[in-house]
Amino acid sequence: MNPLQAATGLVFEEPLLWERGRNGRTGFSMPRRDVEETPLPQELSVEPPDLPELSEVDLVRHYVRLSQWNVAVDTAMYPLGSCTMKYNPKTNERQAALPGFALAHPLLPESLCQGALELIAALECLLAEITGLDAVTLQPGAGAQGELAGMLIFHAYHRRRGRVRSKILVPDTAHGTNPASAALCGYTAVPVASGGRGILEPQAVAALMDEQTAGIMLTNPNTLGLFEEHVAEIARIVHEKGGLVYGDGANMNAVLGRVDMGRIGVDVLHLNLHKTFSTPHGGGGPGAGPLCVKRELEPFLPVPRVVHREGRFAWSEDFPLSIGKLQAFWGNFGVLVRAYSYILSMGAANLEQASRLAVLNANYLRVGLREHYAPAHDRPCMHECVFSDARQRPLGVTTLDIAKRLMDYGFHPPTVYFPLVVPGALMIEPTETESKEMLDLFLAAMAAIAREAREDPERLRTAPTRCLRRRLDEVAAARKPTLTGRPPSAP
Amino acid sequence: MRYLPHTPEEIAGMLARVGVDDLERLFDVIPPECRRTRPMVLPEARSEWELDRHMEALAGRVTPFRGARIFLGAGSYPHFIPEAVRFVTQRSEFVTAYTPYQPEMSQGTLQAIFEYQTLAARLLGLEVANASMYDGASALAEALLMAVRLTGRRAVALSRAVHPFYRRVVDTYLEPAGIARRELAFGPAGTTDPAGLGDADNLAAVAIQSPNVFGCLEPLDAFAERAHAAGALAVATFTEPLAFGLFAGPGKLGADIACGEGQSLGIPPSFGGPGLGMFAARLAHVRQMPGRLVGETRDLEGRRGFVLTLSTREQHIRREKATSNICTNNSLCALTAAAYLACLGKSGLRELARLNRDKAEYLKRGLAGRGVRLPFSAPTFNEFTALFPPAFRETHRRLAERGIVAGFPLERWYPELEDHYLLCATEVHERADLDALIAEVHA
Repeated sequence: MNPLQAATGLVFEEPLLWERGRNGRTGFSMPRRDVEETPLPQELSVEPPDLPELSEVDLVRHYVRLSQWNVAVDTAMYPLGSCTMKYNPKTNERQAALPGFALAHPLLPESLCQGALELIAALECLLAEITGLDAVTLQPGAGAQGELAGMLIFHAYHRRRGRVRSKILVPDTAHGTNPASAALCGYTAVPVASGGRGILEPQAVAALMDEQTAGIMLTNPNTLGLFEEHVAEIARIVHEKGGLVYGDGANMNAVLGRVDMGRIGVDVLHLNLHKTFSTPHGGGGPGAGPLCVKRELEPFLPVPRVVHREGRFAWSEDFPLSIGKLQAFWGNFGVLVRAYSYILSMGAANLEQASRLAVLNANYLRVGLREHYAPAHDRPCMHECVFSDARQRPLGVTTLDIAKRLMDYGFHPPTVYFPLVVPGALMIEPTETESKEMLDLFLAAMAAIAREAREDPERLRTAPTRCLRRRLDEVAAARKPTLTGRPPSAP
Repeated sequence: MRYLPHTPEEIAGMLARVGVDDLERLFDVIPPECRRTRPMVLPEARSEWELDRHMEALAGRVTPFRGARIFLGAGSYPHFIPEAVRFVTQRSEFVTAYTPYQPEMSQGTLQAIFEYQTLAARLLGLEVANASMYDGASALAEALLMAVRLTGRRAVALSRAVHPFYRRVVDTYLEPAGIARRELAFGPAGTTDPAGLGDADNLAAVAIQSPNVFGCLEPLDAFAERAHAAGALAVATFTEPLAFGLFAGPGKLGADIACGEGQSLGIPPSFGGPGLGMFAARLAHVRQMPGRLVGETRDLEGRRGFVLTLSTREQHIRREKATSNICTNNSLCALTAAAYLACLGKSGLRELARLNRDKAEYLKRGLAGRGVRLPFSAPTFNEFTALFPPAFRETHRRLAERGIVAGFPLERWYPELEDHYLLCATEVHERADLDALIAEVHA
């Protein structure tokens, strides 16, 4: 099998917008002026900002060419670990674009937005059922804002009980957002080392947990792709000292329909709708990070909340213990529509099957790769597997080189150098939507790269050669940052 | 299921390779006490056809902007979105990629965001803009946290004429960190009085919204002067960036940070989100800025290219010492805003902004002609505050039954502003729509 996925077609260079523009053009069909001009007070009159001027043709060609420089889920396998780059169903886009959703003003009187309020209420119920928790807010704009909401709830809960706590336990395998979110609430993040098997040991948590500690932030399955087997015991330890357990649901795609987050002792859990629930990543967002909580924490959820009374849906602010608001309005509703559409398309059986196939795909890659690369932990994984460059480093080849060379074969690289506990980590998450033949091609490419590392390491160090650009100088970019462009006429 | 490609034979073959005999065995590692005691109960999977019908029914019970009889602004604005903008920003290569961590495979997103940063900085009159935040309100909260880091002071002042939802978000972000918030009153002109700022020596920032929540232009320059004299930062927030096609951008008036909502720039209102948190600042402060930044660089062969840069500010490198916890932002919305601004161009932006103001002025005059009072004297852009007689409450309710929303009742946010309504008119409201609204008012 030829693992070379990348072919060379004609790809176009494309200048910056203001290099393409010519003053005097426009791409806009100006609505008719049917009212007279009102004179503008002299002191308010200023020169408008210097924007480039393009015709509609210029504009379309510009962006279509730029789009062709991206690799995306719709063009290739994108096994970026922890990001769950699964296929984004097209019907979801249609539903979000329906005029009743896309063109709805957020401050419509309740009588004119019952359908939107119903969708919010219904999605909350679906996510509660899926996670095994009791109450849900859809307001957070992405996972990190969900985490912040969770930490604010920890803070509000402890204060309500008369004792503000100062520390929070964060495993060394956690996403960087976890300690950063905790820090916003004034918590000092106390790192917990994962044990030799890549998971947390209850003794390690017991040794650190005290009555100054607000709780623990756990990602389960963790970022090594391993299930935290002692989670229930750890939750008991944390609860005994009056702490709470936060679940980072970034990796929920592995355990849909299988794990009851409430039962294992998680008090608060965020979901990433742009991971598990198939909404597109948009080149870095928008996403959505709903937060699910146990019943006793429900009073702290952000406001307003949708309530159902006398046969109709309404907003309610009547939650005096609420942490407040995270977004101006109600969250990324357009993203919520897509996730709702996905869950209704899948149903329970397909969601469970998606988790099975995500885990099968990851294990299939794990078994196929271990001949060539050093596994971080050589045992069955969940939705992702982690390898390192330990076998290639003596040859002068690093994870970065492997990642860049993978591009030449037509694959987006895995997540690299994360989790931090694995030096030179390659974190691979294929997701359930990749077929067996795509996985086989990926394995063949990785095997070919391992061979090249031995026989022709220079080829890896100078990769990629088949992308629009060769390797880009990130050091120079940071040393003397150029963060905005200048018009060609400027000095 | 059409999203799951595996055939039964392939599953069997893959299981054999992995060394287990059943898919369920892949989950052996999950202890019994962690498992669900009952299966998930969700609605039965719908076919694509059934889904369309269900979603159309739900969406059908929402009144959209079409027909232009919704005169609401207050943080979300109805604007015409050119099909070319919608079309290019729906390209799947943009939509289904993720954060451009691997620049050689993401030059499309990277160049587009570099262009956005440039156009956003020009629009806001500042030197540098980040790649986006979630929305205007969280951008304001992050701006105030940035000011606290830059000054080492732990108090901020906000005008009461800043959108109340934005102030709630600021409270949520700042309260647990123990950062004090002081409110500045607004006066009879509908604007905030700079003299009311008083002693600002302990303040990290003074935050003003312009145009403010009543639609009024604020004396931003006077605030900036006073803030700077006291060693505080001037933070300007906004909900309607189209105003800067006509009026000076916040940076031009002395703001150190401009942050607000960019939904007006080609992004559909979508019942409040996703929008676009815009964030711009001075270059001298860039290392304390939250959020991602794209920078220009060269490749091995010396060709221009773009990469994510200054990431040592960010959570994936700095963890708890990061300038923000933000990771996923609203990148696709930023790309859309850049495409929209380029579609308009310099003179198109000016003309559209003028048209917005003129429509609102027309509505203002028409209502005033029916005896409606305009309580605030400050200049406005495309929304304004009107004081109706008490009987209008009933008219407002009756109109809503016909799908006409005659503005937002400000009393809900400001109890002292009884019978005050915030009305918005943009290029989507035709003269006939405005006349019809005016005709409904019996003052």
